Amino acid sequence: MALLEIKNLKAHFHTRKGVVKAVNGISYSLNPGETLGIVGESGSGKSVSQLSYLRLLPSPPLRIPEGEVLYRGENILTMSDDKLRALRGNKISMIFQEPMTSLNPYLTIGSQLIEPLVIHSKLSKKVAWKEACEALNRVGIPEAEKAMKVYPHEFSGGMRQRVMIAMALTTRPEVLIADEPTTALDVTVQAQILEILKTIQKETQMAIILITHDLGVIAGISDKVVVMYAGRVFEEAPVDTLFENSEHPYTRALLKSTPRIDISQEKIPVIGGTIPDLSQLKTGCPFYERCDYRKDICQAEFPKVRKVSSVHESFCHVENFK
Amino acid sequence: MGLKYILRRLLTMIPVFFLVVTVVFFMIRFAPGGPFSAEKKVSPQVLKNLEAKYHMDEPLIQQYFRYLGDLSRFDLGPSFKHSNRTVNEIIGEALPVSMELGLISLCWALLIGITAGGLAALKPNTPYDYIPMSLSIMGICLPTFVIGPVLVLVFGLWFNWLPVAGWNSWQDRLLPSLTLGFAYAAYISRLTRGGFMEIRHQDFIRTARAKGLTEGQILIKHALRGGILPVISYLGPALAGIITGALVTETIFNIPGLGRFFIESALNRDYTVVMATSLLYFSLIFLCNFLVDIVYVILDPRVKYE
Repeated sequence: MALLEIKNLKAHFHTRKGVVKAVNGISYSLNPGETLGIVGESGSGKSVSQLSYLRLLPSPPLRIPEGEVLYRGENILTMSDDKLRALRGNKISMIFQEPMTSLNPYLTIGSQLIEPLVIHSKLSKKVAWKEACEALNRVGIPEAEKAMKVYPHEFSGGMRQRVMIAMALTTRPEVLIADEPTTALDVTVQAQILEILKTIQKETQMAIILITHDLGVIAGISDKVVVMYAGRVFEEAPVDTLFENSEHPYTRALLKSTPRIDISQEKIPVIGGTIPDLSQLKTGCPFYERCDYRKDICQAEFPKVRKVSSVHESFCHVENFK
Repeated sequence: MGLKYILRRLLTMIPVFFLVVTVVFFMIRFAPGGPFSAEKKVSPQVLKNLEAKYHMDEPLIQQYFRYLGDLSRFDLGPSFKHSNRTVNEIIGEALPVSMELGLISLCWALLIGITAGGLAALKPNTPYDYIPMSLSIMGICLPTFVIGPVLVLVFGLWFNWLPVAGWNSWQDRLLPSLTLGFAYAAYISRLTRGGFMEIRHQDFIRTARAKGLTEGQILIKHALRGGILPVISYLGPALAGIITGALVTETIFNIPGLGRFFIESALNRDYTVVMATSLLYFSLIFLCNFLVDIVYVILDPRVKYE
């Protein structure tokens, strides 16, 4: 059984201007020890798809009209608030994009770090403090005792993201959802953070969902990749397959527009047009207007899943690229 | 921030204090009229005697230094209008009354304001938000000379629960302090709501939720400190204002506080009392703001004073 299974999840925001369909029926699953990369442009629904079922978005305006999210076979969407709260920060942890603002500036690192342990593992503050120090050591923060007593503003962005990771990992979660964990950091720090995640994953066999718009990050750490666009999954494949034999025009365009070090490029190709307005979605494929391979049928209906192989799925009417 | 900072802050008060003394001293002297000008002219001889008694026949600059000398001995001089009473006596009697009224009012204001504002922030855009916030607009708009008499009418005359005026028993404290505190409560409730609404949308609150904290834990441990900061900054000037600015309330309820001396002394050119009330107001503002700054450092670790 998969650790986490998302089936036909939809997440809509009911605003005064209309219904913004941020997530429109996505499905994928996650196995223990696996790293799933979710990639897509801003507004493709990557973050919302995760935050929505964990009830971390204000509702209203958020509504989940359809779908199932099974954690070890149990539907998170119908769980009581208390039961979900017992999962959050315990079995399912999150780290966020903004290490600068994701830590509480009014509290010391230590008092924030021990919270999950005190709440979920029911440890005394003293024991939790010790564990938290060890967690800081694991993510490469020297002099953990001292670090526990300082405030977030005394740390750099990279250090704060380490603290966030340490905090997410204290309870030894089974799933870590990392929402753009390296986006706000400079490149050398990015590499360190990803390295830390990989090392810890090896030790604990936790599964990671990595949300990013950076294909380089995906390539470095994921086992399989889900490509999202306008609230839909366009393609799902093992990471190597995706980079070498993508079966979706959007993925191909995305890969083409990534700067490469191995070939000389005068200009980096771009994908013309913009992502469609999510409150004005028509039937058919949302990528239609920007697609180089479009056919008439694309405007009429969104394609059904096409199994390229047992692990490779594409949602496109077009077959046989090149 | 250490003792050094506190000492330095207090030392900077001295030159400012002198400046206030000087400016107020000369401004009030230059204002036309004087303490002895009245409808009924006093005879020149009497006027001369009076002026001699209060040293007003000396050159102005000499009077100024005499005043400074007295001030350094904490002697605020005699009142010009309330004969046989020193300003020290007047302040000594009236200030404790105004302070008591002010502090009780402020407690009401904080209790009502933070409760209402917190409730509104917890359940925004619901009746829990709309009702207290509409009331607070009323509280800000309605002057004390409307609220006071209405409270007197309802609780004093109709229900006959509370005394309508005076300053003896504890029941006497209720209506005036509620009257005075209401506007401040209104303001504090809006500041509280604003503060909490802003904090609620911070990323670190989402982090706290993602960690599995309950809403109550989030409110108390993560949101309270930051959310309350706008109220804290407001408290400095509010405290000074509520102690000295209770003229209307004190008049309605016939309370022997400071308020009336502010107006009376200025109109009567009661020079020494004007000086005293001005210096008192200045000192209160200065000290209250100073206190607020210190509390700020305790609440927000990012704030540092060098």
